Amino acid sequence: MDYAKLGLKVGLEVHQELATKHKLFCQCPPMLFRDDPEYTFIRRLRPSQSELGEIDPAALFEFLKGKTIIYEANRETSCLVEMDEEPPGPLNAEALDICLTFTLLTGGTPVDEVHVMRKIVVDGSNTTGFQRTCVTSLGGKLEVGGKTYSLQQVGLEEDAARKIADEGGVSRYRIDRLGIPLIEVTTDPVIYSPEEAEEVALAIGRILRATGQVRRGLGTIRQDVNISIVGGALIEIKGVQELNLVSKVVEYEVQRQVKLLKIVDILKERGIKATDLTDKPLDVSDLFGETKSRIVKNALSKGGRVLAVKLGGFAGCMGIELCPDRRLGTEMADHAKFAGGVRGIFHTDELPAYDITVEEVKALRKKVGASDSDAVVIVADEEESCRRALSAVVKRAREALEGVPSETRAANPDGTTHFTRPRPGAARMYPETDMPPIVVSSERLAKLRANLPEMPEAKLERFTTDYGINEKLARQVINSDYTQLFEEMMGEDLADPVQLAVTLTEDFRGLQRDGVEIDNISDALIRDTFGLLKAGKTAKESLPQIFTWLAENPDGSPADALKALDLGMLSGDDLRSMVEAKVSENREMVERMGDRAIGPLMGMMMGEVRGRAEAKEVQALLREAIGALSRE
Amino acid sequence: MGDEQLHGYRGKLKEALEAAGVGIGDLLRFESGDGSFEGSLMPRVETADDWHVVLKLKSGYNVGIAFGEGAKVVRLGQAEKPEFRPPPLPEVKAGLPKVSIVSTGGTIASRVDYITGGVHAAMSSRDLLSIVPELSDIAAVDADILYSTFSENIDAEQWTGIARRIAEKVKEGAQGVVITHGTDTLGYSSAALSFVLRNLPIPVIFVGSQRSSDRPSSDAATNLLGVVSTAAHAPFAEVVLGMHETTSDTSIVFHWGTKARKLHTSTRYAFQSVNTEPLARYVDGKVEMIAESYRKRGEGELELMDSFESKVALIKFHPGFQPSTIDWYVDDGYKGVILEGTGLGHVSTGLYEALRGAVKAGVVLGMAPQCVWGRIDMDVYSTGRELQEIGVEPLGDMLAETAFVKLRWALANSDDIEEAMELMRRNIAGEYSDRTLYTGRFG
Repeated sequence: MDYAKLGLKVGLEVHQELATKHKLFCQCPPMLFRDDPEYTFIRRLRPSQSELGEIDPAALFEFLKGKTIIYEANRETSCLVEMDEEPPGPLNAEALDICLTFTLLTGGTPVDEVHVMRKIVVDGSNTTGFQRTCVTSLGGKLEVGGKTYSLQQVGLEEDAARKIADEGGVSRYRIDRLGIPLIEVTTDPVIYSPEEAEEVALAIGRILRATGQVRRGLGTIRQDVNISIVGGALIEIKGVQELNLVSKVVEYEVQRQVKLLKIVDILKERGIKATDLTDKPLDVSDLFGETKSRIVKNALSKGGRVLAVKLGGFAGCMGIELCPDRRLGTEMADHAKFAGGVRGIFHTDELPAYDITVEEVKALRKKVGASDSDAVVIVADEEESCRRALSAVVKRAREALEGVPSETRAANPDGTTHFTRPRPGAARMYPETDMPPIVVSSERLAKLRANLPEMPEAKLERFTTDYGINEKLARQVINSDYTQLFEEMMGEDLADPVQLAVTLTEDFRGLQRDGVEIDNISDALIRDTFGLLKAGKTAKESLPQIFTWLAENPDGSPADALKALDLGMLSGDDLRSMVEAKVSENREMVERMGDRAIGPLMGMMMGEVRGRAEAKEVQALLREAIGALSRE
Repeated sequence: MGDEQLHGYRGKLKEALEAAGVGIGDLLRFESGDGSFEGSLMPRVETADDWHVVLKLKSGYNVGIAFGEGAKVVRLGQAEKPEFRPPPLPEVKAGLPKVSIVSTGGTIASRVDYITGGVHAAMSSRDLLSIVPELSDIAAVDADILYSTFSENIDAEQWTGIARRIAEKVKEGAQGVVITHGTDTLGYSSAALSFVLRNLPIPVIFVGSQRSSDRPSSDAATNLLGVVSTAAHAPFAEVVLGMHETTSDTSIVFHWGTKARKLHTSTRYAFQSVNTEPLARYVDGKVEMIAESYRKRGEGELELMDSFESKVALIKFHPGFQPSTIDWYVDDGYKGVILEGTGLGHVSTGLYEALRGAVKAGVVLGMAPQCVWGRIDMDVYSTGRELQEIGVEPLGDMLAETAFVKLRWALANSDDIEEAMELMRRNIAGEYSDRTLYTGRFG
């Protein structure tokens, strides 16, 4: 794709959890818990009025349907602040310092006074119904690949609760994550290709890690990506968790918008007008009395109905693929789910299928008066839900005549996206009245300026010269979550630089690909493991097995791992007698080959003692034993 | 440009804003040593310093920018004044019971200005129904604003005012009355009205909220729905206080007006029944009675005993308490003192002389527990026996706050001390319980 010709513009919002001692507004530790919750509580969030007295109708509908939220908690990771049972404490000064440090590193202008705001969020992810957020600086820039990218602002906000499950009318959230400080770095829309987007995201991540105070692991860094093309719309994509997904997300979104614009042309050519599309749904339940479709049967047996609308002239368009596995029909289904709380829709571009028969489709077309050039959409659910869902489908169909609707979307694991809600007009934000503004004094800035951490480029150079690792490996370390740990361990002379760098980057990535949950392994466990290696209690060949075991048993120690995996080092005497036995077993070969027998013998021995003996030592012992034999 | 337009700004900064002709909400450019900032001018909290200007940026965020030497203010445009359009009122459904809501202020009766964050009183029927439209399915609600104040400002004058408004509502045929009230002194007011409203024929329910109604998580709507429904349908005709039972939004519990105490500074379930079980609970859209014996709806004709003595004090005894404190009250003409004693009802022997003086001067003395939970018993230790001999009246398991309100009421509604004492000893509105039940952990 020619992104320049399409007029692609991308802006990024990078959110990174900070490794502070406490959460943003209370003294709880910023950590998650794994066990069952100690207690739960039930809340409902009422969509509040906008400043104009309006209530979001979709949110109100959800609420009136009785949507409830179960929160899970334990006493170690949350207090009354996260429960919305106590006003927030003062803004965490350590977190603010990290934001200001980032700003000083990137040349932004700190605000003189920080004002905490409330941003309304009613999905249950915040117990209050809003997220506390503030801007700490404006402007700034960063250099990537010789280009300069300007920043819009840097902010500080509280992370949301973790969604555990969504079961019909009940959402389950865990409030351990709620209140963990997040820095938010927002760029201007000055990025013009998918690759660039990823490069810039990576660069921001590097500078964040340079502060040495960020959390690591899946979900601790999340990107929102704002994307627009000429003639399309500004689309906000939330929650891209993997950095290497950023370029895919941009690429697919551009594809989607281009295809949607193509659909506009097709429908225009067919002469379809918005007025042709009516949202008067028809009850077609009687056609499905004998249906084999489980979904339809279920809905009807619960007293629901099947409702249908005709989309005149839409035949063939519903099934057009916008990006991998996402069609116009999928887009409509997203809107139907959002507006009506239904589980999905059926449309004639995909039918007969899902146990809906040719005959049923024929009867359906006849009943709604659809010709071959029309599409028909049906929904099976409670009648009111069907009505709302189909009304949203028709609205989305009308938008398909215009172009790309401006909306907020969320990323799927494959880089495609789905609709989550219309883009809010003016941001629903108002002051957090429980907290006075915080003055950023020039003394505070001077102190931070005098103690700025090293920028990634300088670090890269130092890593290659001081630790003797090559540039590629040094770059990998700096792009990883382990930069700080690496430096600390080097400072304490805890490991061989190349060995440590390879383990923390290539080896960990390899294990991760194999499904090992590397995030479970704490810094302390990594240190202790290398401590064992250094003390000669294990061999470097055993590291992958030890880390795999530790990821599964994060409460255990490396010593436990050695015991459990039977990977303790063989004592010198044991190894010697094993080697001597091996040589005498192969006496004939040794006599025949002489010193050259060491190659095959080495292979046999290492097969037995890998991880329990150093190869160097085995080789020396073999040499000795062969020598002794030939002297006989 | 009047004060109102530049709320919270003072000194040189205010002068600069005035000189530039900028009012709250107007778009402006602020140029300072750090650079140039554009945004709408926001009001400033009165207690904040006088050298930061608050701007709402285009992104919706507020930031404060320092005003110093050489700073420049340029007005760029007029504020876009949001026009508040109250939503249409829901249809009035025929045949629903009539419930009156009388607003006195507090968190539950407030609405936030989403632009400035300022809090405004709002409890007309219209505001209420727009915040909680489901109310119109439950009852024919009429709502009016009687007071608009924080509850720490409520006293006997307002108790009397509330009582008279309730009497009007009863006369107009209300099947239940709901009083919205700030939570800080809610327990005092519910106790006061419990004594004032004699022969009550309908439920009178006090309600507050612990989270302001601007937040989606507010308990205001849940509490209101629960109490309005209960006011409309409950079988009892008692003065009660209805709030969240737990931290969950699943049930509203009704405490006897004389037995409820705010036992937490901030939680939704801050109110608890002390030394007794609650009267009822609202759960899954229905009222469940917990108490077996209560005054039934529809019996009797309302009478008011609505005067209160102002010269009554509630004094907490503590180590080092000076007898001159008691003397001061006596000299100032106080008619009654509730002592919050330690343990079963004790004060130091050093106070005996002062207390004797008080009794001699005709001051009524009552003893209530500073332990909150449990009952006064002044027969166990010699201190208790001696205090009784001096003339200190043990007040059983009555809450100290309730005892204080009751003494003010008893003194104002009796001709002499003997009659007042007799009222104090009699169980008028459930303030005494006969038995002290095991409650496990307190609350």
